[in-house]
Amino acid sequence: MAPQSGTEKPMFGYGSISCKAKSRWSWTLVGLRLLAFLATAAAAVVMLLNKQTKTFVIATVGTTPVNLTLTAKFQHTPAFVFFVVANGLASIHNLLMVMVDLFGSKVDYKGLRFAMIAILDMLNVALVSGGANAAAFMAELGKNGNSYARWDKICDRFGRFCDRGGGALIASFVALALMLIISVISIVKVLKSNK
Amino acid sequence: MVKTRRIITTLLRLLALGATLSATVVMVTSHDSADVLNLKFSAKYTNSPTFKYYVIAEAIATGYSLIVLFLSSKSLVWRLIVILDVVIAMLLTSSISAALAIAQIGKKGNSHAGWLPICGQVPKFCDHVTGALIAGFVAAIVYLVLNLYSLHAVLSPLFPVKP
Repeated sequence: MAPQSGTEKPMFGYGSISCKAKSRWSWTLVGLRLLAFLATAAAAVVMLLNKQTKTFVIATVGTTPVNLTLTAKFQHTPAFVFFVVANGLASIHNLLMVMVDLFGSKVDYKGLRFAMIAILDMLNVALVSGGANAAAFMAELGKNGNSYARWDKICDRFGRFCDRGGGALIASFVALALMLIISVISIVKVLKSNK
Repeated sequence: MVKTRRIITTLLRLLALGATLSATVVMVTSHDSADVLNLKFSAKYTNSPTFKYYVIAEAIATGYSLIVLFLSSKSLVWRLIVILDVVIAMLLTSSISAALAIAQIGKKGNSHAGWLPICGQVPKFCDHVTGALIAGFVAAIVYLVLNLYSLHAVLSPLFPVKP
């Protein structure tokens, strides 16, 4: 008698695991990816809209005060620009991976599915880690200044700018931790499917 | 084919070890001082927490590369090594990008925040830091290539599963 097709799963080939009903692990992975997408998108958007304008009175000529208007924008610092770009790209990657997990079971990947997912996950972890850390140390410089280099801190004058930047940084670090876990799970899946 | 894979990974790890070691050493030995308007202006790597983090991260990566180089390929922890490689690559990219951000301010300044560049006063320090950053950048790229190669070698059906 031929073996029943419902009881045995083919153990070779890359696309075979996704044919059957989704296990609990797969739903956990999709949930984690959704959370990581939300975190990176939030970080990118909050830093993108980060702007504060303040007028300072620097002198008084007669009775009219002389005003100076200063703006703090995220574009002034290359580290923050890189932060926005890195988080934007990572959120696009997470969205694509969620789509592939949910809707992509019918597309033919030519046996490369788990390979591409693991490699892309690893590259995006490196990208987000670079962006988040550069912005974190730049924010630390803005908060504390550097007395050796005679650089003044700016957070006492632009408090709201610093607060919003800090919020975006926290979101990005949460996203980094989630993406690291996702990358480790993807690599473990690849190692298991090659047994 | 197993031998080729082992030779290539060992070569890549040796390269990464050399790069991280030189990055640590060059950053630690960078210091310069100048007298500007009767004020002593000295620059060391400990003046900035970013550069301290850079030295610590590169030192951790050097120690890890050294330990893994002496690990036999038949041991059972090779799967853990693949995952730890990803973590160390992330550490290296984070440290190099943070140091690059601060070094860029030191070189060009930031006119919006009123921060003046310091490379004009302490040129030797700037050159040393540039050398350390280049070595760290090479180390990060080598670790990324090592990760891609490990993943590719594990996935390709031509190679056996265990190295």
